[in-house]
Amino acid sequence: MTTRNAEDEIAPPASWDVQGSPKFARSSGVGADDVFKWLVYTTAFAVPAVLVALFVLLVIDAWPALARFGLGFVTSSNWDNVKQQFGTLPYIYGTVVTSLLALLIATPVGVGAAIFVTEYAPRPLRVPVSFTIELLAAIPSIIFGLWGFFALTPIMRSTVEPFMKSVVGPLPVIGGLFQGPSVGKDLFTGGVILSIMILPTIVSISREVLLAVPTMQREGMLALGATRWEAIREAVIPYARVGIAGAAILGLARALGETMAVTMVIGNSSRKITGTLLTPGYTMASAIANQFTEADNPLYFSAIVGVAALLLVVSAIVNIAARLMIWQISRGGAEGGNRG
Amino acid sequence: MADTGTLPYKASPVSPLAPDRRYLARKFHGRFMAGLITVAALVGVSVLWLILGYVIVRGAPAINLDFFTQRPLPYGEVGGGIAPSITGTLLILAVAALIGVPVGLGCGIYLAEYGRGSVVEVIRFCSDLVAGVPSIVVGVFVWALLVRHVVGNFSGIAGAVSLAIIMIPIIVRTVEAVLLLVPYTLREAALALGVPKWRVVISVVLPSAKAGIITGLVLAIARAGGETAPLLLTTLGNQFFSWNLLEPIGAIPIQLYNYAVAPYPDWHTKAWGAALVLISVIGVLSTLARVATWGQSR
Repeated sequence: MTTRNAEDEIAPPASWDVQGSPKFARSSGVGADDVFKWLVYTTAFAVPAVLVALFVLLVIDAWPALARFGLGFVTSSNWDNVKQQFGTLPYIYGTVVTSLLALLIATPVGVGAAIFVTEYAPRPLRVPVSFTIELLAAIPSIIFGLWGFFALTPIMRSTVEPFMKSVVGPLPVIGGLFQGPSVGKDLFTGGVILSIMILPTIVSISREVLLAVPTMQREGMLALGATRWEAIREAVIPYARVGIAGAAILGLARALGETMAVTMVIGNSSRKITGTLLTPGYTMASAIANQFTEADNPLYFSAIVGVAALLLVVSAIVNIAARLMIWQISRGGAEGGNRG
Repeated sequence: MADTGTLPYKASPVSPLAPDRRYLARKFHGRFMAGLITVAALVGVSVLWLILGYVIVRGAPAINLDFFTQRPLPYGEVGGGIAPSITGTLLILAVAALIGVPVGLGCGIYLAEYGRGSVVEVIRFCSDLVAGVPSIVVGVFVWALLVRHVVGNFSGIAGAVSLAIIMIPIIVRTVEAVLLLVPYTLREAALALGVPKWRVVISVVLPSAKAGIITGLVLAIARAGGETAPLLLTTLGNQFFSWNLLEPIGAIPIQLYNYAVAPYPDWHTKAWGAALVLISVIGVLSTLARVATWGQSR
């Protein structure tokens, strides 16, 4: 031992890229470092693997239906198990209508609440208000469903829907949305419950985006003699515009995939597409939940998985769009502001 | 103000600061919008209390000792509870955490400590996409993967896997975020002492980020605990006590759903009771988690 160490010290290394003296070699053979690194890499690559497996498996199972109906799978509104015809248009329609309605209700309320928290609220109120609204996100879908089923639906049927029919119903174009009997369990109620569920998403992200707007923007406007609202409208909102749109689209992504709450209030019966909101319907998610265990033959099952695959692709696209927009505001906020 | 007469323009007969009609209109408009915005915030806040109030008022009558200790009884028999669902939810969540926590933690560690360049971007992006997959689609996937082939029937393990898939992206996101907050000098100090990298991560980095990591884990578990749609397609639910992961197992959300859609008023009360139990557990978990992070970040 001692002689070898002495030799090491006498002969200088040829380069700095040396293995190191045995004196400093680690006691274990294959480094625990390598084992740990390998473990961490495996888990990290498990996440993309799950995503790929998800997509591949769904497409394989959906293939019989997709191959048989082709484009008709998304353009036909004929969904008939007995005749073995599966067109998903009514489900797509239900999903689009309820999600858009939810956005229409939740965006003004959510952005308003975010503006209240960032611009108007007295300091002690800021955290409690945003915390309370964000707690909504922690409530499980099934509890929104229960509340919608027993509390919201009767109110919609007895009060809100007759009111909308009498006020909006006579109007020329949008009046068509509020025709027919008030059933309570319909697309309208589905949209309302979804709007409550996506509210926390819109509030929390809009709040972050608004907080990212430099104070100088507001001060500049106020110094020019603007009122507080004018400063918000002219200097804050244009600056945060892209991020707010991203927040709304992330809310849309959540609305598209919501299952239990919508399933419990949307009626799940009509398979026809009509112009009115006051009709029971299906969304893609509620159709899967309702019919998955009923699928008693291969083509029916394949069609249901096809709906799931469709839902996966659509929500992925919407999610990507939303994240790109939010990413743009958080990274290149100044550019967004100059354009606004 | 005093030497107004020397200004190079013709001063208006009234002071420019005097409130004219347009100024009053703008001021009124501002007040009006402030009012609307306050109403929006009030609506957001009150919706939560409305739902919570409903759950508490209508759920409280269902809560008694039997509710926590008895199994559900057929319609007509008095009493009965949701005990098999409570034990089932705990079991499924525990197994889901056993799968999801190591994967999520490992992936978060990779993103913060090991990953370089575009691979990090790709994996982070994939994790975000998994977070955006509708839970019902996760249920269909796990059904096709496990219930149909590997296990062969509706089973607790399939439910646990689907909940794990829902947990993982939440854990990844929080773990990565809190690990990146750990000052780099801590790692450098440990490395300079000759500590191998894996020991640095386990003994220095993870302990410094402990509070944040626990918060992420608790939030993920709370989120998974309320999931219903994937469980309907994977574990199916069970009225009886079962500890066998290869068989259908009860879960609170499934029991709640079954009670709610049944036509019996007594079962509806039990559904509200189950909702109260579920929301209490989730509420306590989320509040604890958030309080823990506030303690650390402020």
